[in-house]
Amino acid sequence: MTARRPSWYGARSSGGVPYLQDLEIEGRLIVIEGPDASGRSSQVDLLTEKLEAAGHAVLNTGIRRSELVSRGILEAKRNVTLGKRTLAIFYAADFADQLEHKIIPALQSGHVVLADRYVYTLMARNTVRGMSRRWSDDLYGFAMVPDLVFYLDVDPYNLVHRVFEKRQSLDYYESGADMGLSDDVFKSFIEYQQRLAREFDRLKKKYGLVGINGNRPVADVHADLDRRISRYLSKA
Amino acid sequence: MASGRGGHGMPGRLIVVEGIDGSGKSTQIRLLEKWLKFHGLDVFLTEWNSSALVKEVTSRGKKKANLTPTTFSLLHATDFADRFERNISPLLRAGYVVLADRYVYTAYARDATRGCDPGWVRKLYSFAIRPDIAFYFRVPVDTSVDRILSGRPKLKHYEAGMDMGLSGDSYESYRIFQSRIQGQYESMSAKEGFEVIDGTLGIREQQSAMRAAVARALPASAARRLGGA
Repeated sequence: MTARRPSWYGARSSGGVPYLQDLEIEGRLIVIEGPDASGRSSQVDLLTEKLEAAGHAVLNTGIRRSELVSRGILEAKRNVTLGKRTLAIFYAADFADQLEHKIIPALQSGHVVLADRYVYTLMARNTVRGMSRRWSDDLYGFAMVPDLVFYLDVDPYNLVHRVFEKRQSLDYYESGADMGLSDDVFKSFIEYQQRLAREFDRLKKKYGLVGINGNRPVADVHADLDRRISRYLSKA
Repeated sequence: MASGRGGHGMPGRLIVVEGIDGSGKSTQIRLLEKWLKFHGLDVFLTEWNSSALVKEVTSRGKKKANLTPTTFSLLHATDFADRFERNISPLLRAGYVVLADRYVYTAYARDATRGCDPGWVRKLYSFAIRPDIAFYFRVPVDTSVDRILSGRPKLKHYEAGMDMGLSGDSYESYRIFQSRIQGQYESMSAKEGFEVIDGTLGIREQQSAMRAAVARALPASAARRLGGA
């Protein structure tokens, strides 16, 4: 893969990340986005195996795994008095730490970085909770523009079934229970996922996310993703 | 005479102090707090980087000395947002005089000095309410830095700006860092409408200038309680 200078979302409206302007990377950043239980992590696992078999060094990353602030985030989620904007910025700090300490070094050394979600999920969560789209999008102006971003489209009713298969209960935050949409957790989950999906429709257009039909069996979705990624990497 | 509501449309008033370390702003805002409380006004003082929730996280990261300018900026913004959502905004709506020892201008100055994009930092803080008065304490950098360094303090890594590689010597690094931050304050002073306080004047002289400005910014009913400021 050829070395190049990455681009930054903020560079469109302001100066991007001035202290990283001379950064050169050799690897590629590929993002799999999608709602809770859309099958993202299975796809990331399958793709990792496939890419490694093809001889690529692969780094897996997510949006809640930084060493710096993860513990604090988990504590904060239990603290219902924490404000929405505070939480939004807190997640951005966590993401920034991972971007600069994990993703960028891996890209510099030529890895294919497979990200299980990226800034789009964080943006969508903010805007469905009432923060302005402009503020939420601008917040992530420091984020590197990925090479490929896929979004697994799954019908909310399908998602509920998959969630129950996985753990017999709906996650507080993933159901939007903090938003007071409905006393009924099931209704709340459906409503929340529909709002997220609408927000992702906007994000897909704005950031060029490629929609993938995630209602199909795992193997079919994998074959679809694998074909697109292999085609891209063979030209990179 | 000032109306019942500030420029932000809320019944409270927001008064902030800014300036580099050792410029005397903390002493002055505490005197202001005592004066307002003495006259029976509802006052709340909030300090930069003081949220208990965020402190545990930031101190862990700072100890490891591996925060990038963006992460550093966002952690301080998290702290600010927490204080803003929990205290500043509700108390202004309830009619308090909110005093802030450092406000968004500290982030503008420090984050830009560390290499963040100034436009990005301003958008990040765009949810913050514009203060009724922002006092900026102007002092020669050497004066304030000497005040701080005369006690031969042990400077923390980020406090001294050691993360920017300005100098291997922490005191020298601190001096350069503070002077760059001062430059940032100076360049935004007119645009942000700072009320400049000459920090080389005596403590009482500075305080009476501040009291006069505060009395003018308060609602008439509150200003009357202060009597002759």
